[in-house]
Amino acid sequence: MTAPAFVPYLLHTLFPPNTHRPTEIGADVMMGLGMGYLVYWLTRHRKWGWLWRDWLTTVDHKKIGTMYLIAAILMLFRGGVDALMMRVNLAMPHAPFIGPEEYNEVFTTHGVIMIFFMAMPFIFALFNAVIPLMIGARDVAFPRLNAVSFWLFAFAAALFNLAFVVGGAPNVGWTAYPPLTELHFNPGVGTNYLLVSLLISGIGTTITGINFLVTVLRMRAPGMTLMRMPMFAWAALNTSVLILFAFPPLTVALLMTLLDRLAHTAFFTLSHGGMPMMYVNLFWLFGHPEVYIVALPAYGVFSEVVPTFSGKRLFGYTSMVVSMAAIMVLSYGVWAHHFFTMGAGAAVNAFFGISTMLIAIPTGVKIFNWIFTMWGGRIRFTTAMLYVMGFIPTFTIGGATGMFLATVPADYQVHNSYFLVAHFHNVLIGGTVFGLLAGMYYWWPKMFGYRLDERQGKLAFWLFLIGFWITFGPQYLLGFKGMPRRMWTYPAGHGWHLLNVISTAGAFVMGAGFLVLVYNVLWSMRHGERDASGDPWNGRTLEWSLPSPAPEYNFARIPTVSSLDAWWAMKQTGQGRGRGAAALRLRPQDIHAIELPRNTGYPFFLGAAFFVLGFGLVFSWWVIALLGLAGVWAALAYAWFDHDQHKHMRADEIRRIEASMGRLPA
Amino acid sequence: MSLPLGTSEEPLPIRFADEPAHHLAGVPLEFADEEQSLKITGFWMVLVTDLLIFASLFASYAVYRPMVAAGPSGAQLFGLGSAIAETLFLLTSSFTVGIAVWYMRRGNQRAMIGWIVLTLLLGAGFLGLELHEFAVDIARGASWQTSAFLSSFFLLVSTHGAHVLFGILWAVGIVVQVLRRGLNAVTARKVYTFSLYWHFLDIIWVFIFTVVYLGAKIA
Repeated sequence: MTAPAFVPYLLHTLFPPNTHRPTEIGADVMMGLGMGYLVYWLTRHRKWGWLWRDWLTTVDHKKIGTMYLIAAILMLFRGGVDALMMRVNLAMPHAPFIGPEEYNEVFTTHGVIMIFFMAMPFIFALFNAVIPLMIGARDVAFPRLNAVSFWLFAFAAALFNLAFVVGGAPNVGWTAYPPLTELHFNPGVGTNYLLVSLLISGIGTTITGINFLVTVLRMRAPGMTLMRMPMFAWAALNTSVLILFAFPPLTVALLMTLLDRLAHTAFFTLSHGGMPMMYVNLFWLFGHPEVYIVALPAYGVFSEVVPTFSGKRLFGYTSMVVSMAAIMVLSYGVWAHHFFTMGAGAAVNAFFGISTMLIAIPTGVKIFNWIFTMWGGRIRFTTAMLYVMGFIPTFTIGGATGMFLATVPADYQVHNSYFLVAHFHNVLIGGTVFGLLAGMYYWWPKMFGYRLDERQGKLAFWLFLIGFWITFGPQYLLGFKGMPRRMWTYPAGHGWHLLNVISTAGAFVMGAGFLVLVYNVLWSMRHGERDASGDPWNGRTLEWSLPSPAPEYNFARIPTVSSLDAWWAMKQTGQGRGRGAAALRLRPQDIHAIELPRNTGYPFFLGAAFFVLGFGLVFSWWVIALLGLAGVWAALAYAWFDHDQHKHMRADEIRRIEASMGRLPA
Repeated sequence: MSLPLGTSEEPLPIRFADEPAHHLAGVPLEFADEEQSLKITGFWMVLVTDLLIFASLFASYAVYRPMVAAGPSGAQLFGLGSAIAETLFLLTSSFTVGIAVWYMRRGNQRAMIGWIVLTLLLGAGFLGLELHEFAVDIARGASWQTSAFLSSFFLLVSTHGAHVLFGILWAVGIVVQVLRRGLNAVTARKVYTFSLYWHFLDIIWVFIFTVVYLGAKIA
């Protein structure tokens, strides 16, 4: 190709027509302005060094948790805008705001972003922020790999979000079923973006799973046996096991699709013996455990929030542990319920219908235990507690409609209708999102040292809860009226109009809730009540024994644990009567030097190299891909040969820090 | 003495910089240091998820086996000769890496490196045989574009091959580190995890040999 011919080819490949729409241009401008402002701010305040030293190279689990949280909230915004675009399109019959192609792209990115780039990082934000503090550890088992996980996630999310600016967004649905994803039917690069970014973030997620599994198994404080662990640590353990077992089938499914597209293999090519059902099975072998990967952490949060704000120990701790493990195991035996209508036959469908219903039993145990924990307690209606109170009825209804879908003949009637859409939003918003927000409000003081304003928080909660039911209540009825999912517009005369108008209005109420939440955070950064005690809620677990935010090394002295709710026990018994620092009674001679992981830039470069590799794969520009691969190897080799991974913190330094926080007699 | 493989109920003591790591009598170097011991536990988890990758690939292969389309079937394509030779190379290399770790436990660095080098040579021989087999198949018009069966065959077997290649590059890096730093808790842990990885690949190969090559003969 000659040089002049090369330029239009390049421009057309990088900026095909579906990146020229007004909505895309608007988003480009907003992103450009946001980036520009960020660069301006960092330069003006000379913050580049601070950004690099304190954040981009950090291996401190608390800071990594903060970065996950920021990313998750940004992605919640993007996914939420996608949702509102869809709802606007469906408000009126035949009154499209965006066309069918763009609608396909928007529901695809909405699904992918909400699951992989919002829910997952939000969960990892909470794990990182509190799991080591809860179990009395100084960091996670592999602090550097923790940073690697984050940067793989962050660069994968960046790659995915690049799609609608450069090359065109994916439009195959978050499930990305073949043969629609085959090159023949879907020639652009959008599908490659989806596959490659999920493969990269999947590596990061798997590493996180390994990290937290080993952290919880091996890093607990002396005396904290498994059955003395807080439930949130159990949630991290079970979630990690789920990740370890669920992500490999997804990796294989995505890899097969990518090979079909890039190397012209025949996994899903019907003319060469390919079988799209293989993908569907592998995908849901991942997909259903994934539902519990995002649900179990929420259960863990509720099991911490309810006892704290009821002033009672968790009702039925053992049955909580057993039921969580039961859910974890059962979740592997239900995947075919996502495709009852594919014609596997009555016996297979009956098996998967019954196994699905079985999951309701341990879940029911948990719901009752939370209620019994509240029973007779002195309940404090904080924002976090309100989310639990909103969760219980919402999630129970979502579970009941799930039973409806598990009943195979009923499923045939409502499969892939708005009933299904309403059901899974019911459990994912009512379960996961409420749980994550409850966790955010609960642990915010521990993460940042000040509380989020309760009045604003409660307003956001009510907007979310009411908005949720206005949005998704009518969608159940739309499902009964036969409206299929993923349709971009509809004709008048089906009786769908009014319900859709109501649903769209509800979506905007939820959007308002999001804005209040963001305002709540920004307002509280300035005016929020400082948490001087470290224990603002009169908590029960070890993270509340630390100052807020916890120092880099977390525990100046590792506590010894003798019962469940270790911090509560310490406050009750001889270790001190007061709240907060007094109960720990640190003495200067208890403090020794500590070995901490040293910051390192290689995780950031590894992520960047994966980004380049992924970008090369998306466009099949092999030179760029090879450059990226070389970068990956360079970063790995650097990590292998770097034996100087620790720094020492002297005892007197730690004593000074502890004294400055009022934890030691100066 | 039980090896602390992460299943113990009692958490390990927290390590302070002014307290030397516990050099318990009889505990191998790589387990005596808490941080290295943690990494070994973590590596077992890596093997768990890798095993699941192969499980997914084996399941796919089993489903795709009849889907030969216009291409050859396994019975027509696979010869046992090269597969048996590959098996001998890889099984022997698993034995030699075991000897390398045996020498490492006795602090004999030279012998350990020698046996690792032999292991890698056997691994390279295995890879050469496999690539030759692939080249012959492709020359006969049986590439991974031919049929879904061959796609899944090449994906399964070349994923294993890619693991072997990665293992060789990784081990070369480890040998360089041992030569520069000698045997300490960190380098000993690296050799040990490499040996775990190598045995794991051997076990996977036994299944590939059974399911793919012997399976084709039986069918």
